[in-house]
Amino acid sequence: MSKLAVTSAAEGTFAALFEQTATYQAAQPVWLQSLHTAALSAFSTLGLPTRNDEEWRFTSPSRISETTYRLSDSVADSPDAATLAELVWERLTDDTAPTGYVICNGRILSGVGGLIAPAAPAVTGRIADLADDSQNPIAEKVRAALGSRITLDQNGLAALNSAFFEDGIYLYIPRSAVIEKPIELVFVSGSPAERGPDALMNAPRLLIIAEENSQATILETYISAFPGAFTCAVTEVIAGDNSVVDHYKVTDENADALHVAQMGVQLGTGTVFSSHSVTLGGGFVRNEVTARLDGEHAECTLNGLYLGDGDRLLDNHTTIDHASPNCSSHELYKGILTDKSRGVFNGKIFVRLDAQKTDAKQTNKALLLSPDARVDTKPQLEILADDVKCTHGATIGQLEPNQVFYLRSRGISETDARSLLTYAFAGDVVQRIKVAALKSALDKRILELLPGNVGQ
Amino acid sequence: MALLEITDLHAGIAGREILHGISLTVNAGETHAIMGLNGSGKSTLANVLAGREAYEVTSGTVEFNGKDLLDLAPEERACEGVFLAFQYPVEIPGVNNTYFLRAALNAQRKYHGLDEISAIAFMALVKEKLKILHIDQGLLNRPVNEGFSGGEKKRNEIFQMAVLNPKLAILDETDSGLDIDAIRAVADGVNALRSPDRATIVVTHYQRLLNYIVPDFVHVLLNGRIITSGGKELALKLESEGYAWLEEEAAAVAGAKN
Repeated sequence: MSKLAVTSAAEGTFAALFEQTATYQAAQPVWLQSLHTAALSAFSTLGLPTRNDEEWRFTSPSRISETTYRLSDSVADSPDAATLAELVWERLTDDTAPTGYVICNGRILSGVGGLIAPAAPAVTGRIADLADDSQNPIAEKVRAALGSRITLDQNGLAALNSAFFEDGIYLYIPRSAVIEKPIELVFVSGSPAERGPDALMNAPRLLIIAEENSQATILETYISAFPGAFTCAVTEVIAGDNSVVDHYKVTDENADALHVAQMGVQLGTGTVFSSHSVTLGGGFVRNEVTARLDGEHAECTLNGLYLGDGDRLLDNHTTIDHASPNCSSHELYKGILTDKSRGVFNGKIFVRLDAQKTDAKQTNKALLLSPDARVDTKPQLEILADDVKCTHGATIGQLEPNQVFYLRSRGISETDARSLLTYAFAGDVVQRIKVAALKSALDKRILELLPGNVGQ
Repeated sequence: MALLEITDLHAGIAGREILHGISLTVNAGETHAIMGLNGSGKSTLANVLAGREAYEVTSGTVEFNGKDLLDLAPEERACEGVFLAFQYPVEIPGVNNTYFLRAALNAQRKYHGLDEISAIAFMALVKEKLKILHIDQGLLNRPVNEGFSGGEKKRNEIFQMAVLNPKLAILDETDSGLDIDAIRAVADGVNALRSPDRATIVVTHYQRLLNYIVPDFVHVLLNGRIITSGGKELALKLESEGYAWLEEEAAAVAGAKN
């Protein structure tokens, strides 16, 4: 049966919405328009994910398919400048001369929060500014790389993003360049306009090309200015041979925000790549990270932390594809769930036939703080090579009563004792963050989210 | 008024009574030793006083400083001045020792309506206590008890006691598993903190610790009852003659009653 036959409410609206993109697509180069059109066609075949998809078994996609959407209007849907500046400012890790972009409901806003575009040697900008007739070698590389880390024909949400993204951004780090400051991308969603039944959709798109022997740190932060947003994001990372790329993503949107995101990463020979994904907010959040180790001696680290309360659903899907010998990967995901919140962790590790001497370690731990909280966790190892070291471990538990009593016996209230232990559980991941300002900001934010007086 | 007044305390765990009527009076300035074989109820008594929730008090009363101790939550007991040095101090990965102690001290200060201690005053206090106890400063920045040796854990308990300055310190088998050097170090710490305002209850299996922490009173616990009390010489007699004579005496008493 064709997927089109079971078109959901959402799928119907996307086709109509695509017509509206003509207004901004008209200003885009033809190569990009063709990409959007091809993606829409892929989306019409694939549709949104359904419960029948193995990859969505634990995460009912109905909250996405049963919502209807609208696109943002650049004037009516923009928060006022002062509100926006404050929201953004709070999230920047560099308070002297921060570099990066603010993207509000899919569009770049210049000058917000003092953020300036990264300086040379980094070359960055709007993908749509790369003209069809450009002979610029960077433009050529961007065009070639865009879409290379996602599979349009298998992934409806990647197709949806590709059809709709407006101000996609590329970050190009030339060979041997070292960009010391983190490049900060702050994505703000939500509109001050009267809320109708439709969620405000935005499709952030980011392409990072780090050439051989270069070094860069990229920080993506997702926040809400107002409720009622749907974010469908795609990030692609091409990390060249011997490059060192650290990627951070903080999702801290409103409790009703829908957020689905995919990141595809390619590592070359000797590449050292790390991803840290911290989910503190959002109502329905799914983060997919797929890393392919395409050269020998590459090192890949995927860390994650998620904190859920209320009836939020936080899903992390990761795939590490060991396609070359002598590589290592380390993965640590931790979740803290309370109330009726739900967590999902799915961690795949593929070790291909010739990826001998692979060293892969995966750990995921969840702390359930209430009887109604729930986590579904699924490590998935597929190992074809025969000389490898692969370990995985999953634990799900509650706070240790002996530890709670020990703290209380020193005078600390039960609420504070529980919060302190929860904070310590999260600290294991937070401590691995290398950007000091981000580490302390997250520390503070996590303490804010915990009940009681810890950290004061 | 006694600092601690335990009257006919019956308590147990999981529906099984372990303490069958304990009565004990402890005044400020005194050091009491509670001795007994494994399973006699020593640790149960220590845990009941500290408020461990798994233990259930079925009858009897415990007054501390004029308050009904059994009515208070563990943290309230701590704030009132009860300190339990754990037999098995718990490891708390990810919580820094200094942070933990400051949080505990501030919680106690808040309970008494005092302002939080400043970071500078706190560090001064902590360094003073480390010096008195001859403990290395490196301990401060480590996670609470994580990876500590047995001796380090017990010394960390005494260090916490020194900073929190309780009215009543209960040392639950603080000597168990320690070599003689570690026992001396722990005992020196306890002795350095002796004061006319503070009482100490030393729960132990062996007399050896009492060579270093000399008690004013020794009580022998057997099958959940204090069967005899005396001065420090009682501990020496137990060391040389064992507990068998007491068990026989107790059996004879029980036999006479029947």
